[in-house]
Amino acid sequence: MGWLGLLIMTGLGLGFAVVMILLSSLLGPKNPTPEKLAPYECGMPAVGDARERQSVKFYLVAMVFLLFDIEVAFLYPWAVALRDLGWTGFVQIVTFFLILVVGYIYIWRKGVLDWGPATTSAARAAARAMRERNAA
Amino acid sequence: MPAGFSPSELAYLLPEFVLTLGALLVLLADAFLSRDRRGAVIGLSLVVLAATGAALAWVGAPHQTIARGLLSMDAFGLFFKVLVLVAAALTLLMSGPYLAAEAMPAGAYSFLVLAATLGMFFMASGVELITIFIGLETMAVAFYILAGLLKPNPRSNEAAVKYFLLGAFSLGILLYGMSLLYGLTGSTNLGTIAAAVANPAAVGRPLLLVAVILVVAGLAFKIAAVPFHMWAPDVYEGAPTPITAFISVGSKAASFAMLLRIVVLGLPSMAEEWRTLFYVLSVLSMTAGNIAALTQTNLKRMLAYSSIAHAGYLLIGIVAATPRGISAMLIYLAVYTLMQLGAFGILVLMRRGDSAGDEIQDLNGLFQRQPAAAVAMLVFLLSLGGIPPTAGFMGKFWLFGAAVEAGYVWLAVVAVLNSVVSLYYYLRVVVAMWTREPEGLEPRMRPALALTLALALAGTLVLGLYPRPLFDLAETSAKSLGSAVWAPSR
Repeated sequence: MGWLGLLIMTGLGLGFAVVMILLSSLLGPKNPTPEKLAPYECGMPAVGDARERQSVKFYLVAMVFLLFDIEVAFLYPWAVALRDLGWTGFVQIVTFFLILVVGYIYIWRKGVLDWGPATTSAARAAARAMRERNAA
Repeated sequence: MPAGFSPSELAYLLPEFVLTLGALLVLLADAFLSRDRRGAVIGLSLVVLAATGAALAWVGAPHQTIARGLLSMDAFGLFFKVLVLVAAALTLLMSGPYLAAEAMPAGAYSFLVLAATLGMFFMASGVELITIFIGLETMAVAFYILAGLLKPNPRSNEAAVKYFLLGAFSLGILLYGMSLLYGLTGSTNLGTIAAAVANPAAVGRPLLLVAVILVVAGLAFKIAAVPFHMWAPDVYEGAPTPITAFISVGSKAASFAMLLRIVVLGLPSMAEEWRTLFYVLSVLSMTAGNIAALTQTNLKRMLAYSSIAHAGYLLIGIVAATPRGISAMLIYLAVYTLMQLGAFGILVLMRRGDSAGDEIQDLNGLFQRQPAAAVAMLVFLLSLGGIPPTAGFMGKFWLFGAAVEAGYVWLAVVAVLNSVVSLYYYLRVVVAMWTREPEGLEPRMRPALALTLALALAGTLVLGLYPRPLFDLAETSAKSLGSAVWAPSR
């Protein structure tokens, strides 16, 4: 019996969507212009191509985010099972955490997190090496 | 401590701990050095490898299964660990001059070489599918990045992308095979799998066969056996030369260790089936590898095809699947590591000015300019071709002998014929070094490179003239693998 309500709800939802789309296509005024037919139309003529080159920083930050996201994905289940895992679990998660911290220090020093001019000496050295290589 | 994991077991993992901490230390050192000091970073990495070697010597081979049956600390694993450690050390030693020539930073590079070595350690001693797989993944991911580290070079980028895509594909196939094995036997532990499939009919023979084929195909990618070799020439050509050397010896050795553990330890009851598979792979790899190598003008590609052919020779040992066959494989892998690293060392020497130095004609007249290097290259090439008194001859002799002993006479005949074919293209390089006029810039021998070449040369000659200690070691190691295949089913 409980499933019947769900079925009615699904039917109502689908029916509403279908009816509304049908109504608007039957009753709505049709005055197409090239701007309106363009994908992601918002009334303005499109300027340039959507495929623009992004700074490589975005990819680096995305990757770093992914790593620490995974870390959190491990931290939550560990926190839930904290009492059962005891000190062994604590040592294991701290080891994992410390290894990631080393990576974090590394990318920080290499200037992955610098969005303006390089601030650490290692990042400046990396930037200089890249310039030299590009010049060569 | 959880059940089955005692502090004494942690002590057995000392080499792995030293390597992990050392690799992190290298990363931190690189982050805090104000300038890019290649020498310091590579020196520190070599110290880490030396410390790992000392830890390995201290732990030895206690012949115990530790970590709840995930890792087996036996002589077999130790043999491969020492082998990849030597390969990593020689690779790093020749990397200094190469990185200087390419104006490449050494920090991430050294760290990744150490990380790949760590992965190989777990591949060498893992006796449980997931542990082995994680070791393989650790190694493979490090190599994908290393192959593409020559960032301004499009060939290097191509190598990294090809290696990554085909590597991920092959890992998928391997993992599918492993999941079938798990599904059929309810265990990922190789010992338990062997017991569960002792009677193949009981678990469903056709599906078991599919699992074996998938596992073998996935691993054949890693050892670059025909017809799963397509990635090898492009990756070898594009990757930084020392990394090419490390992929061709380290990755291959560790993958063979893993292959032996899985099929010999985990699937002895399917021996007839995988013997047939490896027989076909072996003949195809030897023949196709050598024939393709004949027409190459690029030395790196030629060595890539030659390494495919060598994978074919090595598979002979596993077709025989006798203690002698396995020990012959171990011997040949050790010998192959030294001679292959030596040959790539010469390629590092030829990297000069704007020239990549990897065409055969780049070696023209090397004897006039660097007689010692030319003689060393001659020894490496003769050893690769299997001419006495080099180590390559002893390795091939033992390997082919094992095939004959196990009753695979035709396989040995094909292998010998292939060795003869291979001499043609090895000797083409010798002809270029001795008879052609030198051209281009003068190659400069650096101390680190000279040391690499001297060590590889000494190993190739000593193991050729006095192979007894290596033979004994390999025999002990092969026996420690301990398998039900030994009782011949044929």
